Amino acid sequence: MTALEIRNLHVSVADQSILKGIDLTVKQGEIHAIMGPNGSGKSTLAYALAGHPFYEPTAGQVIFNGEDLLEMDADERSRAGLFLAFQYPVAVPGVTVANFLRQAINARRRAEDPDDKGISIPAFRRLLKTKMDMLGIDHKFAGRYLNEGFSGGEKKRAEILQMAVLEPSIAIMDETDSGLDIDALRVVAEGAVRLRNESDMGVIVITHYQRLLNYIVPDYVHILMNGRFVEHGGPDLALKLEELGYDWLRELYGTPEEA
Amino acid sequence: MLDRRLAAWDVYASLPMPTTSDEPWRRTNLRRFKPDNIGPSLNGTADAAVASVPDYLAAQLTEDKTGGLLVQVDGITQSYELSEELQSQGIIFCDMHVAVRDHAELVQKWFMTEGVPATDGKFAALHGAFWRGGTFLYVPKGVKAAAPMHSALWSANGKTFTHTLVVLEEGAEATFIDEYGSAESGSDALHVGAIELLVRDNASLMYASLQDFGTNMWQFNHERGRVGRDARLDWVTSAMGTRLLKAFQTVELDGQGSWARMSGLFFADGRQHFDLDTQQNHNAPDTVSDLLYKGALRDKSRSVWQGMIKALPGSQRIDGFQANRNLLLDKDARADSIPGLEIEADDVACTHASTVGKIDEEEVFYLMSRGIPRETAVQMVVEGFFDPLMQRIPFAGVRAHIAERIIEKVG
Repeated sequence: MTALEIRNLHVSVADQSILKGIDLTVKQGEIHAIMGPNGSGKSTLAYALAGHPFYEPTAGQVIFNGEDLLEMDADERSRAGLFLAFQYPVAVPGVTVANFLRQAINARRRAEDPDDKGISIPAFRRLLKTKMDMLGIDHKFAGRYLNEGFSGGEKKRAEILQMAVLEPSIAIMDETDSGLDIDALRVVAEGAVRLRNESDMGVIVITHYQRLLNYIVPDYVHILMNGRFVEHGGPDLALKLEELGYDWLRELYGTPEEA
Repeated sequence: MLDRRLAAWDVYASLPMPTTSDEPWRRTNLRRFKPDNIGPSLNGTADAAVASVPDYLAAQLTEDKTGGLLVQVDGITQSYELSEELQSQGIIFCDMHVAVRDHAELVQKWFMTEGVPATDGKFAALHGAFWRGGTFLYVPKGVKAAAPMHSALWSANGKTFTHTLVVLEEGAEATFIDEYGSAESGSDALHVGAIELLVRDNASLMYASLQDFGTNMWQFNHERGRVGRDARLDWVTSAMGTRLLKAFQTVELDGQGSWARMSGLFFADGRQHFDLDTQQNHNAPDTVSDLLYKGALRDKSRSVWQGMIKALPGSQRIDGFQANRNLLLDKDARADSIPGLEIEADDVACTHASTVGKIDEEEVFYLMSRGIPRETAVQMVVEGFFDPLMQRIPFAGVRAHIAERIIEKVG
């Protein structure tokens, strides 16, 4: 059973301390929601776990699959089974969705066996079609340049497609609901739920609002403020936040400016 | 022809060697260029190691057969074929020397008259005096060439001077690829080429010139396309090799309603220096030109792109576009990008864009976050940068070879 164990993680961005001691264990099959107001450090946690060089861990440990995640480069983390669905997916002009996914699959195969010839084109096409059909994505999508000129909904769907093809053991969804209307949100969320039901993937859902959690129902909810978890609970906690907003938490734990 | 060579030599002798005080040469210094130290061409007689043409150069363009294939070493033909179908269409596709002998009236009319006259510059004149080898392609009126044609021009060593003359008569259509290459060698070599593309009314030419010389080569080229009424010129040029490359690439939109697209792709590394001087001359109304040159630079390499769109006073309703995009892969690489417009008409749409930038680390991180190693991610970003131009190169085999060279150069 794969698990992601975050122990007392501190992260700085440009020498400014953002995360100030995060502890969280996520096992395969579990769904954790991390909620919090803007500026609480949610996306910093996501990027730090994915290995973005801009986000510097200054203390603590992250153990993934028994290995030290923080020692790995971003590509190694992905191959080890960690996936980040980006809040703002990056456009890579001139690289098609299909070419990109084939390279991502081949990178996994070559890490196992340096002499691997890569997935055959017909096998790759079959795989991609199956996944696109499962998520209700038009096959033309495969030939488009990655995220270039994509609508907000298309970008998020492309993230879910990548998740479906790469089959991670733990996926982090960073504000996957942001910028989506309710229909696009439903399509994306249902896709993610289907993947998780089929694969027993563990999920960390990072979100500002409750609405995504209507589809992806969390087992655990954690509230992040000013770089620390301040409350832990079940799905009820998310509903309470929806009802009361973050003000009661600010009163209890202080605003970032006061901290 | 001898008279023309002598006349060209007189022009050469009358012109000073360009220096950096000449505007087109301001960013390209010839101080290290010592033509007298470069030996004569070996006439294709060098030992097999340098004189043998590598397989990729003469490869068939399509799964079927290329319609015409001409392979030359130092301007001397090594092998030649032209399909019966193209012959029966009346198409002439041959060695430039054969053309002088067998098609004198055509050559006299067009050789260095309308395209690249010897008076174009010092190196055009040198070419006019010493040209040898190259290709003559003539497509008669109304004929649509049934298959693409391909020349592979290998320079073994020394000085080479190939000439390309393409004439498409009214309503004709053809696709032609010129590939240039040479072996890497310790001693300097020189190539002074001329390319003339004459596209008559309603004709349509797809022309690709793909250069991958060794880095001991100094290359000076004059290239010009003339496009007649409602005619089309789709021109792709790629540069990978040479120590120093200076090329003048010009389209003359002579006929009303003519269209030209210029697509340039280059990748410099080491101490390579590429200087590309382009002109889009709108000499008639309702003409369209679209230029996109993209370059990647590594190590201490340098590129210059200097582009000009000109419109004569009567050239109304024209649409001219030029863009130059450069990707710097190392801090010591440098690209100069100098767009220009000289518009004397008033009803025109002319725009230009130029950028010089580094590789986007966010793109690299995004690819890495899906398990792709950094090296591959960088290659993908660079390949992606070139992809829109690669799509304009008409043959998969040629595209694949250029893609391989790009990956080699990214390292």
